[in-house]
Amino acid sequence: MAERDTRIDRLLLGQEITDFLFREAELLDERRYREWLDLLADDVRYWMPIRRNVKLGDDESEFTRANSDINWFDEGKETLSRRVKQIETGIHWAEEPRSRLSHLVTNVQVQSAEPSLAAAQEVSVTSRFLIYRNRVETETDILVGRREDQLRRNGAGWLLARRKIILDQNVLLSKNLTFFI
Amino acid sequence: MNDKHGYRSGLVDLRAGEVSREIFVNEHIYAEEQERIFARAWLHVGHESQIPKPGDYFVSSMGEESVILCRDRANRIHVFLNSCRHRGMKVCRYDQGTTAVFTCPYHGWSYGTDGRLVGVPYFREAYHSRLDKEKWGLVEVAQMHNYKGSIWATWDPAAPGFTEYLGDFTRYLDLQLDGWDGREGQAEVLGGIQKWLVPCNWKFPAENFSGDTYHNISHRSVDLAGIGPSGAGRRDMGERDVSRKLHVCIPDRGHQTIHYVLPAGKSPPPAYLNAPIVAEYFRHCEEEKRRLRGEEARLVGAPGEIFPNTALLSRQPRTMAVWHPRSPHQTECWRWFFVDRDAPTEVKHFLRDYYIRYSGPAGMTEQDDMENWNYAHAASRGTIARRYPYNYDQGSGTAVTDYEYQGLRVPGEVIDLTETQSSEQPMRNFYRRWAEFMEADDWSQLATWRASERKAAE
Repeated sequence: MAERDTRIDRLLLGQEITDFLFREAELLDERRYREWLDLLADDVRYWMPIRRNVKLGDDESEFTRANSDINWFDEGKETLSRRVKQIETGIHWAEEPRSRLSHLVTNVQVQSAEPSLAAAQEVSVTSRFLIYRNRVETETDILVGRREDQLRRNGAGWLLARRKIILDQNVLLSKNLTFFI
Repeated sequence: MNDKHGYRSGLVDLRAGEVSREIFVNEHIYAEEQERIFARAWLHVGHESQIPKPGDYFVSSMGEESVILCRDRANRIHVFLNSCRHRGMKVCRYDQGTTAVFTCPYHGWSYGTDGRLVGVPYFREAYHSRLDKEKWGLVEVAQMHNYKGSIWATWDPAAPGFTEYLGDFTRYLDLQLDGWDGREGQAEVLGGIQKWLVPCNWKFPAENFSGDTYHNISHRSVDLAGIGPSGAGRRDMGERDVSRKLHVCIPDRGHQTIHYVLPAGKSPPPAYLNAPIVAEYFRHCEEEKRRLRGEEARLVGAPGEIFPNTALLSRQPRTMAVWHPRSPHQTECWRWFFVDRDAPTEVKHFLRDYYIRYSGPAGMTEQDDMENWNYAHAASRGTIARRYPYNYDQGSGTAVTDYEYQGLRVPGEVIDLTETQSSEQPMRNFYRRWAEFMEADDWSQLATWRASERKAAE
C-alpha cells in the first residue's frame, strides 16, 4: 500500500477532535452535566489560572501556578462532580434560576498527536472560546480566552485528560464562575 | 452619636433595629463615605510576604484608589498613592514585580521605591533646576503599620495607632496571622490574589462577614454536595458542635466576629480524616498551641470584620478579604489565602485545594453569597423599596458586657448563640460605627474610648 498522505491524517484527526469539542460544548449548553462528566478521564485536571499584569520579560509571573498557587480552578473529577451535584440540588441560588449558556469554540488546532496522526492515542489541542452567559432577566457575562486540552483515546471516542483555561481578564468581571468552561 | 436618631435623621435607627436602604443605594451617601470613612479609617493593604525583597512591590487599593505597597532599598515598607504628582497618571500598572524606580509613562517623572522624586525630564532646561524635588515625591499614607506581617494604612494623621484602632479585637486578628501552633506571625500568603467584581454595595459583604449566622439556607446546596475539609460532608469544621458559639462585638471600634470557645481542657474534634499527614499536622499544632498559649488555645476563629471593609476568616479556609468600593452599586472583592509558612508541602496543597473549592467566585460556598448581595442590592434601589428600612432587630438588648466561659474571659458586647442560634448584634455594631464615622468631624469625636479611659484613670 502506498504511504498515506499525512495531510489526510491531519484532516481526519482534526475533524474528529473538533467534533469532540463541539459535542462537549453542546452537552454543557444543554445542561447534560452527567454526560459531560462521562467525557472526563478519571484523572482529569481542570485548571484555570489567575492572570496578572506583569512587565515584559516577566512572563513566568503572568499566570498563577498549578498545584501550588491559588487559581480560579485547579481540581480533579471529584470536585467537578460535586459542582454538578450542587447544581442538581435545585437550591444552588447562584444557578437557580439556571443560567442560559452558549459555548462558542473556534480556532481549533491539533498541536501534537502521539504516537502518530494516523493512530493517535494522546492529542494536544488548542482552541479559543467565547462563552455567553445570560441569567434571570438582564444579567449577562461574556468570557473569552484560550483552552489548552489534552485528550486521550477511549475506544471509539475521546476523554478530556487535562484542560488549561486562559481567560482574557485580570479582575474577573463576572461575580461568579458557576459554570464550566 | 444619638442611638435613637443615628446618622442624619434616622438612617441608622438602632433602637428600632432598623437601617435605611438609602445608605446602600444613595450616590450622595456613597460619595460622603469616601471622605468620611475610607479617608479616615485603617485599611488593609497586603502582607509583607508579598514583597519579601528590596524593590518588590504589590499594587493594592485603599477605598477607590490604587496604592503601591513596596519595600525600598533600605528594606523599609511604604504605601504610596499610585498617581504621578505631575499629571496624575498611574506610575505602576503591573500587579506585582521588582523595580528600582516607578517611571510615569506620560511625561517621565520617576520615583524611587522610597517615594522620592528622582527623575524629571528637562529638569535643568525647562524647570531651570528650580523644581523642589523634595516636595513632589509620591503621596505617602499618613500612617502605616506592620501587624505581624499584615500591612495596614490610613490617610488620616490624626487616626489612633493601629493597635489602639483594633482595641480588644487584637486576639481575633492574631488567630488569623499567628501559626496554628500558637507561634506569633507565622502566616504566609499563597501566590494568587483573587479579584472580582460584584454588583452590590460594599456594605453587603461587610455586614455578612461581620457575623451573619442567619443565612444557612444560602449554603444548604454546598452542604448537600459535600465539600468539607475531610473531603465530604458539611463545608466547615467540627468544633462548632462542641463549643460555645458567640457573637463578639467591640462597641467603640465597629469590629465584630463570630467566635467559638472550646470547653476547658477540650481539643477540637479531629478533622481531615482522609488525609493523615494533614490530620497529624493539625493535631500536633493544637497540642503545641495548648502548651504555648494555655487557655487562649480554646479560642477558635470564624468570620469577622474589621471596620470598615476587611473580612477575616481565621479558621479554615483561612482567608482575608477586602471589599473595595467602586461605585454605590459595585464592589471589587479581593481575597488573600493563608497557610502556616513552615507547614509541610502536603498540608499547604491540601488546604489550597479546600480554599479554592470553598471561596471566591468559583468557590462553591461563596458563589451563593454573592447572588444574595447582588439581588438584595438590585431590589433595594427603587423609589418605593427605599421607603422601607431593613430589619436588624434580631436579639436586640440581649448582649452582655464581657463574657466568661469556664475561666476564659471574652471582652466586648457578647451574645451566646449556643441556644439562640443567631443574632444581629454584629450588624448593629457595624452600622453604629458606620453612623459615627459619617457624623463625626474628626478623630477626637471618633476615639470615644479615650474619654472613658481618662475617666477610669482619674
